[in-house]
Amino acid sequence: MGEYVIKLPDVGEGVAEAELVEWLVDIGANVREDDVLASVMTDKATVEIPSPVEGKIVWQGGKVGEVMAVGSPLVRLEIEGEGNVKPGDEPVPAAPKEPPKKEEPKPKADAPKPAPAKAPAPKTNGASSPMPAAAMRPEGEKPLASPAVRKRAAEAGVDLRRVMGGGPAGRITHEDLDAFIASGGETGARGTGLTRNMSVTETPVIGLRRKIAEKMEASHARIVPITYVDEIDMTALEDLRAQLNSDRKEGRPKLTLLPFLMRAMVKAVADQPHLNAIYDDEAGVVHQHGAVHIGIAAQTPNGLMVPVVHHAEARDIWDCASEVGRLSEAAKTGKASRDELSGSTITITSLGAIGGIVTTPVINHPEVAIVGVNKMQTLPRWDGQEFRPRKIMNLSSSFDHRVVDGYDAAVFVQRIKALLENPAMIFIED
Amino acid sequence: MAIIDCKLLVIGAGPGGYVAAIRAGQLGLDTVIVEAEAHGGTCLNVGCIPSKALIHVADEFEKATHFAGESAIGISSGKPKIDLKKTVAWKDGIVKRLTGGVGGLLKKNKVRAIKGWACFVDGKTVEVKTSEGVETVRAENVIIATGSKAVELPFMPFGGDVISSTEALDLASPPKNLAVVGAGYIGLEMGIAFAKLGSKVTVVEALDRILPLYDKDMTRPVAKKMKSLGMEVLLGAKAKGAKGKGLEIETKDGEIKIIPADKILVTVGRAPLTEGWGRENLALDMDGRFIKIDDQCRASMTGVYAIGDVTGEPMLAHRAMAQGEMVAEIIAGENRSWDKVAIPAICFTDPEVLSAGLSPEEAKDAGFDTITQVFPFSANGRAMTMEAEDGFIRIVARKDNHLVLGIQAVGGGVAELSASFGLALEMGARLEDIAGTIHAHPTQGEAFQEAALRTLGHALHI
Repeated sequence: MGEYVIKLPDVGEGVAEAELVEWLVDIGANVREDDVLASVMTDKATVEIPSPVEGKIVWQGGKVGEVMAVGSPLVRLEIEGEGNVKPGDEPVPAAPKEPPKKEEPKPKADAPKPAPAKAPAPKTNGASSPMPAAAMRPEGEKPLASPAVRKRAAEAGVDLRRVMGGGPAGRITHEDLDAFIASGGETGARGTGLTRNMSVTETPVIGLRRKIAEKMEASHARIVPITYVDEIDMTALEDLRAQLNSDRKEGRPKLTLLPFLMRAMVKAVADQPHLNAIYDDEAGVVHQHGAVHIGIAAQTPNGLMVPVVHHAEARDIWDCASEVGRLSEAAKTGKASRDELSGSTITITSLGAIGGIVTTPVINHPEVAIVGVNKMQTLPRWDGQEFRPRKIMNLSSSFDHRVVDGYDAAVFVQRIKALLENPAMIFIED
Repeated sequence: MAIIDCKLLVIGAGPGGYVAAIRAGQLGLDTVIVEAEAHGGTCLNVGCIPSKALIHVADEFEKATHFAGESAIGISSGKPKIDLKKTVAWKDGIVKRLTGGVGGLLKKNKVRAIKGWACFVDGKTVEVKTSEGVETVRAENVIIATGSKAVELPFMPFGGDVISSTEALDLASPPKNLAVVGAGYIGLEMGIAFAKLGSKVTVVEALDRILPLYDKDMTRPVAKKMKSLGMEVLLGAKAKGAKGKGLEIETKDGEIKIIPADKILVTVGRAPLTEGWGRENLALDMDGRFIKIDDQCRASMTGVYAIGDVTGEPMLAHRAMAQGEMVAEIIAGENRSWDKVAIPAICFTDPEVLSAGLSPEEAKDAGFDTITQVFPFSANGRAMTMEAEDGFIRIVARKDNHLVLGIQAVGGGVAELSASFGLALEMGARLEDIAGTIHAHPTQGEAFQEAALRTLGHALHI
């Protein structure tokens, strides 16, 4: 028997720490080689840590949500044969958070009396119960009441699930029931079906949610945003899009608005390269990129993710479309790689499908510009002689005012507006 | 014959049915109960009561055997003899008193009892075959309480020397060699009793453990006692059939052998009695082999209720009684639904095994973060004075608020503790409630208090 320590491996270039997001095995579990032990999250990619050996888990190095340094011990295994920890070797740092469970001696009739048990006693006494006095019952939990109370409640038409329990462990006492009835508490007879919901659910902000929170915090704390909104007449582009879609060759993706907008942005940043940039505000340097790596903010079952279409400047409209399709699928199924989720130089965010006329997009720090797509709708517009139905869509864009002036922002948006309203220009080389 | 109209018709006068009828009578409902046999059902006639009578006799006989010659406690006497015919007659007397008592209670509560076999014509009408002909009963509400029957092995049907627990309670003498097929609670209760009465008992169980519904800690003291009684337990073995004066089995290792058996007691479970009373004339939804019911024991037809063994596990008389009482009150217009926290279950083995509420495993599976501890009877004074040191009491509680989720016990006479276990669970006791209740000294009940104290981390006597 030996002990084998698995350390948190280097899970990505330049990654010094990773957040533990899931344990897939518990202490005491037997694992085989290549069984996944835990998931850790770096930046935005989740990495599964497999076991290189067969053995039994005897210790875990952290709790879910904890940020662990690369190289710190993740689990200790008991294995057949020699481990990788020898006596006298560098001891595993940090006392285990949970000492290995000691089995209480089982009572054996013939054996001498077991020694006094030092059970891990939660300190309690009658006065200070571990539950607050008028405890709120977590949702779904059965109300606790003596048979007499239950019977009285049934006779009074009171659903005990609606009654707060003031007794120990949240037990509903006769007094609780009296108070409920006296207060005109909803009884079955009234049966409005509407009840006060006193539940409070605590959700630890971990994993992707924490990453999002940190990103948003960084953006808000540092960036001074200016948001600029203008409306765009999409009628011509929509006609063109419909045409392209109906005539498209087999195997080509169906075009959405996004590829057009991406190509328009490529053109617009060619004129204003300082908008396609990373602002290293600590060093005080703006890195203008020749490459246009466009982040596409996407809602996934876990939360917001931003897969990146790299080198949009080198992709035609069809290529942009298929890449967006591939990446958003990968993001939704959690299969997007770290590379596919990083490196953007400018970002598009779209809540258009849901509705809304204006958004104030939060800049994807340390970028300096983000373009937000709002809902398209058919609205009357005056063409000089009469009102005509036009397909109108707002574009809400934010810029880092520290390095982009309002004038530049306006010029950029107006350029995109011109391109989208005259879509042929998107396809003409300057 | 005239048609009998009533508010409530109960089919089956077992513990579920007769309780429903009595309660309905108390509430003033015009009630008819139909039963083909004696009142009291399996429980009073061929189950709980007569088996406990036999077990009592076996215990007394074992004591006497124990005293033949020298004994540690200083009593010595001659070798005891048993006249099982006399035992059976005594047992029958008890059964008769009880079943007669049920008849009296029904009468007192103005319930009309019809002796005969009921068969549904439709959801409101039942034809009863009585010795005087067929009577038709029409009822606004019907309670189906037909119970269950012993499961028969297809290759070894009951008859001759292959017997069910019913016949085992009426033997003229203890069989020299008794083979018990099935190590559930019925098989072990009867097997242990006959072992005490002098039979050479072999228990054959297909699974790899006895009393599979209970964890190993709880069954260990029973296995130990069975061994000391000279009982042989063949686990992982399959009964193949009766062969002359023996039972052919296939052992765990695939070996075919014949174990001597003057009687073969088959106790491989009980099946709900869902045929033979016209279920085909109703449109009842089933839940597996059982009649499907909701939390008010309503079956899928309006005005039709079902209670007891025919509605599912656990097949226990006290569950059926509680259901029967509830349904009578529902039919009388009261607002009731099944809200019981625990249905304690007891094996009257030696030692007795008792479980109320959730086991540690079940509590964990239900998602509770738990604390649990045992208190052994080897540290309990009263247990020592009764020569009943084997066993323990175990408590499972929620870690966060110390609400007691389950209580188990193994030991001599622990069945009686079921009252306080059930009360604690039903009242929503916390560990502190049990620990803070004075338990009289010297009793085995002190072990209950100590188990609570120990779970809280400060047992006094260990």
